[in-house]
Amino acid sequence: MSLLQVVDLNVWFDLPGGGRLHAVQGVDLVVDRGERLGLVGESGCGKTTVMMAIMGLLPSSATVSGEIRLDGEDILAGGEDSIRPHRWVDMAMVFQGAMNAFNPVQTVGRQIVEPMELHGVASGQAAHRRTSELLEMVGIPASAANRYPHEFSGGMRQRAALAMALACDPKVLFADEPTTALDVMVQAQILKRLVELADELDLALVLVTHDLPVVAQACDRAMVMYAGRVAEQADMDVLFHDPRHPYTELLFAATPDLYGEEDVVSIPGNPPRLDRKLVGCPFAPRCPKAMDVCRHEEPLPLTIGTGHVAACHLNTRAREVTA
Amino acid sequence: MSTLRNGAQLEPPLLEVRDLVTYYPVRRSFIDSLQRRPRQWAHAVDGISFDLHGGQMLALVGESGCGKTTTAQSLLRMVEPTSGTIRLDGRDITHLSQRELRPLRRTMQMVYQDPYESLDPRFRARQTVEEPMLVHGIGSGKAERRALVDELLERVGLTPPDLYADRYPHEMSGGQRQRLAIAASLVLNPRLLVTDEPVSMLDVSVRAGVLELLDSLRREFTMGVLMITHDLSTASHFADEIAVMYFGRIVERGPAKEVVRHPRHPYTRALLSVVPPRDPRRRTTPHILQGEAPDPVAVPTGCRFASRCPFVTDACRERDPGLDPVTGSAAHEVACIRADEIESAALPEVVGK
Repeated sequence: MSLLQVVDLNVWFDLPGGGRLHAVQGVDLVVDRGERLGLVGESGCGKTTVMMAIMGLLPSSATVSGEIRLDGEDILAGGEDSIRPHRWVDMAMVFQGAMNAFNPVQTVGRQIVEPMELHGVASGQAAHRRTSELLEMVGIPASAANRYPHEFSGGMRQRAALAMALACDPKVLFADEPTTALDVMVQAQILKRLVELADELDLALVLVTHDLPVVAQACDRAMVMYAGRVAEQADMDVLFHDPRHPYTELLFAATPDLYGEEDVVSIPGNPPRLDRKLVGCPFAPRCPKAMDVCRHEEPLPLTIGTGHVAACHLNTRAREVTA
Repeated sequence: MSTLRNGAQLEPPLLEVRDLVTYYPVRRSFIDSLQRRPRQWAHAVDGISFDLHGGQMLALVGESGCGKTTTAQSLLRMVEPTSGTIRLDGRDITHLSQRELRPLRRTMQMVYQDPYESLDPRFRARQTVEEPMLVHGIGSGKAERRALVDELLERVGLTPPDLYADRYPHEMSGGQRQRLAIAASLVLNPRLLVTDEPVSMLDVSVRAGVLELLDSLRREFTMGVLMITHDLSTASHFADEIAVMYFGRIVERGPAKEVVRHPRHPYTRALLSVVPPRDPRRRTTPHILQGEAPDPVAVPTGCRFASRCPFVTDACRERDPGLDPVTGSAAHEVACIRADEIESAALPEVVGK
């Protein structure tokens, strides 16, 4: 049984002016124990919404359907009551702007103790001991527990946020653009520590980011999202060397590489609006390989190889040709 | 000394910077001033020199706090340089008054990181581009200005212009807003464009487009572009030259591809090692710098990188290295007295401390 299994996840947001935005459309996702998965795509593709839906942290304007199974138990079925016992305990998250994750008027140590006490993981002396351990684990001296968030540098705050997320010993850790606002050197330090910790603690890591090289460096597998749907998912190596969705290919081509010789090319056009019904493949208007069928019929996810799924008509056509 | 990507030698430089120094005063407490303690200075930019030619793109790279943004602000005289000289088209502009500078403002333009903050939210695209024309008296009438706005919008890829001219910034995507900011900076036909992290706020899919635009504009208008960035991959793709800054100094400078492929300064090597490649098969071991950069108020004697350098010797702590040509390549310069000795020595995985 997989640690986390999401089946046919859909999220709609009620818009203030009436109407609904279909932000996540039929996403399936599996994360195994100790696995590192990257969730990638442009802004607005639904990657953060998927994570927030799993954590049960979407605003009240959102409607969610589908199944979210954690160790087999559907935590979506019972609403907030069935998610609450797991949030921060079995699944935790680190946000992009670590400053916002902390209360400015409480010491960092106090804020790491809080979730432990709240969820009955540890209290008193034991909680303080564990706080020291957690801080050292992420590379902050234990003595810094008595300091306030503003006394920390950006990198230290991100580390402290990581310590806080790990307080209750979760099985899955979501990290939303954890290194985006940081300097390259600090980014490398944190990414390295994140990967080491995932290994040491047998933690499943879901890295939500638009930064493909970061995913290539840190993750085993990645899921590329477009317009609220899964365009392709596969092992990172397969995604780079044998992409089966033009969007995946173009996303790599738009990312400059330090030693790359080929030109960096942007993807023309914009992602579609999700507040109206789309006909055909959502990527068709921007796709250089679009065929007639792409404009009329939505491509369904097709399994291409072990763990390799892509939603593109080109794959069905290739199959027909070889058959 | 300066070369374009195709190796051609260039005319006299558009921008000539020599020994530029910009210090910021450190705030003294009331007690300090009563006790007449000397005022202290933070050495933001501490003696840098470089040339930038028309049509050339120079990337100034480094971590936050290295002085790259202060360098840009000093060039545009948004902050007062402490010493050194800045020459634009041969004219010394280092100490011109704000009034004397005004006509020169047309020549030097800046494109900021966040177009949402640099654009006036109450201005439609047309007004944004037209405003500098009105301020500087360009275009003889409404019709002429209108035609010029359309031409510029089209040139930066906001086509058809009619579709975008009446939009407000919030009605545009991040990439479109940055294109609009570029259009507004082009109105005055600048010779020098300074861009501070021009694409870091944008989505990956549109970054390349904005960079390609800058790239083609500098060629078309033989405009010099100084790009400040922390993204070495972008710098290596789009810039002719890269200058790496550490702690107020340029520690290495040279043709972009050469600096990236054959870095000579230990700091450049560490910085390049932490950039992840796209291909998971080429995963690298990052050489992570430990320790902190030195205190900008109490600048050490000798090499500023000594406190974190794995190859440090006593001589490094005593002698402040100048930027010298690398053996075998006059266009590539490095500020390291041991550059030749350590060329083939491996960097340890954790550098410093």
